[in-house]
Amino acid sequence: MEPFTKLTGRVVPLPARDVDTDQIIPARFLKVTDKLGLGKCLFHDWRYDAEGRPRPDFILNQPRAAGAPILLAGDNFGCGSSREHAPWALASFGFRAIISTSFADIFRGNCLKNRLLPVIVDAATHAALMERALADPATEVGIDLASRTLALPGGATVTFPIDSFSKQCLLAGVDQLGYILKHADKIAAYEHGR
Amino acid sequence: MAAIRPRTMFEKIWESHVVFQEPDCPALLYIDLHLIHEVTSPQAFQGLREKGLKVRQPSKTVATVDHIVPTTDRSLPITDPQAAELIAQLQTNCRENGIELHGLESRHQGIVHVIGPELGATQPGMTVVCGDSHTATHGAFGALAFGVGTSEVEHVLATQCLLQNRPRTMEIRVEGTLPPGVTAKDVILAVIGRIGVGGGTGHAIEYTGSAFRAMSMEERMTVCNMSIEGGARAGMIAPDDATFNFLCGRPRVPQGEAWDAAVAAWRCLPGDEGAPYDRSIAFDAAQLEPMITYGTNPGMAIPITAPVPDPARMNDAVQQSALRKALGYMAIEPGKPLLGKPIDVVFIGSCTNSRIIDLRAAAKVLRGKKVSPKVRVLVVPGSQPIKRQAEAEGLADVFRQAGCEWREAGCSMCIAMNGDMLASGQYSVSTSNRNFEGRQGPGGRTLLASPLTAAACALTGVVTDVRTLL
Repeated sequence: MEPFTKLTGRVVPLPARDVDTDQIIPARFLKVTDKLGLGKCLFHDWRYDAEGRPRPDFILNQPRAAGAPILLAGDNFGCGSSREHAPWALASFGFRAIISTSFADIFRGNCLKNRLLPVIVDAATHAALMERALADPATEVGIDLASRTLALPGGATVTFPIDSFSKQCLLAGVDQLGYILKHADKIAAYEHGR
Repeated sequence: MAAIRPRTMFEKIWESHVVFQEPDCPALLYIDLHLIHEVTSPQAFQGLREKGLKVRQPSKTVATVDHIVPTTDRSLPITDPQAAELIAQLQTNCRENGIELHGLESRHQGIVHVIGPELGATQPGMTVVCGDSHTATHGAFGALAFGVGTSEVEHVLATQCLLQNRPRTMEIRVEGTLPPGVTAKDVILAVIGRIGVGGGTGHAIEYTGSAFRAMSMEERMTVCNMSIEGGARAGMIAPDDATFNFLCGRPRVPQGEAWDAAVAAWRCLPGDEGAPYDRSIAFDAAQLEPMITYGTNPGMAIPITAPVPDPARMNDAVQQSALRKALGYMAIEPGKPLLGKPIDVVFIGSCTNSRIIDLRAAAKVLRGKKVSPKVRVLVVPGSQPIKRQAEAEGLADVFRQAGCEWREAGCSMCIAMNGDMLASGQYSVSTSNRNFEGRQGPGGRTLLASPLTAAACALTGVVTDVRTLL
């Protein structure tokens, strides 16, 4: 996995709270046997109408979304189903980080395994950034993972929480399975002890 | 002698499964039972192949097909080529790795969270995972059971372990006796209505109190199943004689002296007196009512006679906007009850409510009557054993004579991946667990409820308070 160290880029605002993974990628798109190309299914039923035409007022269909690597989402983002197809679709579309006030547990874990950084900010920071991003398509932020900082428009920075193990894995580009396999002897010892 | 710290059941199970933990790192937890199904496993097995790894413990792995299987005649070939491919890959993956697979030809095929307990694979004190968020269901047996993504499915296949950060604990206590017409489904909808869809985030829930003690294992599974809808990592209920009686004699439980030893160990699992939880919330069972959802997440639930909340009365702008959007999608008016609203489909099934007691409850309401000609009613048993039992008890006859479609076992219309689905704009009353936009088909409008409520709505063709019919 490629390391994740810093990211600077434009923000796509999606103000809705409690966005569930059925919206991120509807179940009928989960019949794939690989992980590729799911970006075209991202938020499918919000992006396209029943005839398959792009809905012009949905933010991902607007020019500002092209090439913008950071999604600014409402509270409890990624709730519902555990489908890892959700971060696969987000990453395939081009997102590298998501900012919210909170993430659902399984979704957050899935993101971290796919080099998609969940950034948690407090309500006041979130509200100010959302207002700015909705008004200005050029709104940009900077993320520095090593120092756990988010640089906001206007110059302020805030720190965001991330457990140090996940941070180290992302910075080093280390896959969790590799870490577990290094300790195979301890797994064998546990199995013998039962 | 040093005082022993009182521990909750969660702590006992967690601590006994930690293989090791380095400072500032998640714990490596051993997984006793890994359940797999056809949708979230192909990429995991492919990952093993690419890395030259084998499944570490095939004997601790059990597979079934449920999400994409048709619930119609199984002797016909599967018409959806993607579904056929998913099933074929699971067959190949299980065969190559020596994993027990309950495919369509198995007498035990069914929804993964129904067949695990039926086989006796799920046992108290175990850690249980599956690439499916409703894995919390197995917590009803006093297991630590949680859903994982496909990468974690791969980790468990390769190592039989998972890295996990320890969640906090939440107690949901319900004391008293449930009034007539109020079921386990209504209890968990009331809980999620109170805590919200993010209320349990970061927590493992333990359900305590006399209301849960009085429940059958099937009812406890209904409750634990929907823990994820409250955002929780897991939900569990301490094992007792009801648990042991359910499991006794099942194919995968210990037998003979080993059974006695297992039960003796399981009796030590319930939490110690006075063990604290990080959060505790209490409910009075006598105050609970049949519930129904009105919106687009399971937290948007009300008692069946209550008015739909009015966005104009909400203080928080984001909450207000969310409710407006939900009511707009559902084409539901605020400020009045849902009673009398015409519906198009009733779905009785899913890992939440497709077990024999759910089918008996629905049959009690439907016996000798006909469903409304305006409603399509699907009854989907959770597994092939449940289907056979329902047929032996005459329940299938009740459903057919009432005008319901009696189907084969699978996830069916809960997730609408197999052709069982709503048309855009249709309303369903569904015994499943999610009412998200489009969950049961694009544009579909789902009202979640208990099997009793769903059966009542099938008779009348409108949203109905089952207590008026009992």
